[in-house]
Amino acid sequence: MDILLSVLDSPITKWVVLIFLLVMPLASLLTWAERRQSAMMQDRLGPNRANIGPIKLMGILHFVADALKMIGKEDYVPPGAHRALFALAPILAIVPVFIAFIIIPFGPTIYPHSLFEVINAYELRNAIETEALSAHGAFQDAINLQIYEVEYGLLFYFAVLTLANYGATIAGWASYNKWALLGGLRASSQMMSYEVSMGLSLVAVFIAMGTLEPGAMVGWQGPNPMNWGWAIGLHAGWPVPIGVVAFVVFFTAAIAETKRPPFDMPEGESEIVGYFVEYSGLRWGIFFLAEFVEIVFIAAVITTVFFGGFHVPFLYEDGFRFAGWVLYLPHIVVVLLQVLAFGLKVVFFCWLQLAIRWTLPRFRPDQLMRLGWMRLLPIALINTMVAALIAIWW
Amino acid sequence: MAKQHAEPQTPPHSRAEVVSVSEANPKVRTIRVARPAREESSFLPATLKGLAITVKHFFKNVTTKADIETISYPEEKPPYPARHRGLHRLMKREDDTVRCVACMCCPTVCPADCITIIPAETDDDGVEKYPAVFEIDELRCVVCGLCVEACPCDAIRMDSGLHAPAVEERQDGIITKDEMLALGGRSIAVQGGISEEWRQDQPQNPRDEFPHDREGAPYGRPAKTWRNQS
Ligand code: SF4
Ligand code: SF4
Repeated sequence: MDILLSVLDSPITKWVVLIFLLVMPLASLLTWAERRQSAMMQDRLGPNRANIGPIKLMGILHFVADALKMIGKEDYVPPGAHRALFALAPILAIVPVFIAFIIIPFGPTIYPHSLFEVINAYELRNAIETEALSAHGAFQDAINLQIYEVEYGLLFYFAVLTLANYGATIAGWASYNKWALLGGLRASSQMMSYEVSMGLSLVAVFIAMGTLEPGAMVGWQGPNPMNWGWAIGLHAGWPVPIGVVAFVVFFTAAIAETKRPPFDMPEGESEIVGYFVEYSGLRWGIFFLAEFVEIVFIAAVITTVFFGGFHVPFLYEDGFRFAGWVLYLPHIVVVLLQVLAFGLKVVFFCWLQLAIRWTLPRFRPDQLMRLGWMRLLPIALINTMVAALIAIWW
Repeated sequence: MAKQHAEPQTPPHSRAEVVSVSEANPKVRTIRVARPAREESSFLPATLKGLAITVKHFFKNVTTKADIETISYPEEKPPYPARHRGLHRLMKREDDTVRCVACMCCPTVCPADCITIIPAETDDDGVEKYPAVFEIDELRCVVCGLCVEACPCDAIRMDSGLHAPAVEERQDGIITKDEMLALGGRSIAVQGGISEEWRQDQPQNPRDEFPHDREGAPYGRPAKTWRNQS
């Protein structure tokens, strides 16, 4: 039993569960959802034919067909390319995103000894406050559904995701192709410009919540939707909608960061020669998948920071409480509902990103830079300063 | 005469104001471009407006597929217009022999020279000739319909409503007499003094036999309308 618990509590297990049960399925489904959703938005049917015998599943199997196709393609390395870096670039594009997922709390803390009981919220809070969690029989061996809990949580995310930037630039350089190199430089200039606003937009939220640690942020937000990150500044006493502004700026910058339309000047698969023009087959597929994993990741960050993470509205540790009305639920039901809520929120924000991608036409590079440096950055800065001033004087 | 240049026109929708026009070449103009208004340049209202439209379509199509006009082709087929020219067929007499009298009108008129008829004699005095071989190379046929026009006795028609099938070998593209007879039906033209009643037995429109060929579906009808019909 102890061994089982320690295996379940190990970061590797959690990472495998998170990546292989949530992220990878979602990312591969997104490759299909993107085409099908865009079709629905444009009054078309979209890919609905891939099948294994009579099993069609509305065309979901298209991602299997795509994978098989990519595996079957020629793995071409252009002459003159830097072979080692050429091979490294796709890995550099996808691995940082997988690593960054470790800071995301994708579910609540599980107390394996009281799975089928209603948790006593009062005792739990006492135990946490007195740091006597492991001494309390019911709360021993807690499994936290967050892989890596560090003080500097979201800074870790920014630091790691900057590495993905190198993936694009190195891909362009290693291909030994001028157009790919230019594409790689476009990608890096765009990503660097938008990382600034992306980081600064969250600083206001950090100030309000007093923490950088995603798990603590989710705890700070609690199950009441009016206390979630987006609503910072909407309560009495905080006169500026800091949360909403931060959300809009972060979301815009994050879409630019994924290099997807309307900000897809670095690649623009069909029209613009981009940084992975020399890539084919599975190597190209990795870039493609990295993009979709990034979409999932950004949806997860937005969920965590602005929309209460795994919290279901009004669902506390021991059950629903709403305006004096209480419904007690056993711990395992609460846990499952919360993990499900996290998944659904992530799916929703993935959907929203695809919807935006299929709504807007591509920006011009000058519009992109203007939007990044002249609008988002000042707005993020002002938002940060307002949050700081409020935090000092209010 | 020197080429006259039209006075350069500013398109009505453009916000560019023409400041001056070069005399040497009126196409060269100085314009003052109106910058986008502030609410547009922030992109946010425009994005929300666009999202409202696309998301509306998304939910409408996901729930009802109401706006989707796509035809899932092999399962759903659009009916062809009444005068669609498809695969040839040979019409039959009342005793189910071929109506064609091998008059050679159709091979003569055929611009693609793709009809091969080898006539043979018959003992029937009223007919005298019949085609022993009647083949059309559907790969060479230009689907002009002149053979149908030329036929004096309603023996060949193109109203089968079928496409020439895809083939892997060129010789498979040749349709034979038997195949065309299999597609054929009785002509409503009365021959040899057969009585009125025989004609009454026949379907009024022989094209009714062909499933995706409906009356009153001319070109350009909105797809939704005819799909709901079927
Ligand atoms: S349709 Fe025209 S080309 Fe084809 S067989 Fe008849 S006459 Fe010849
Ligand atoms: S025109 Fe009519 S009757 Fe004459 S050969 Fe052709 S099909 Fe036969």
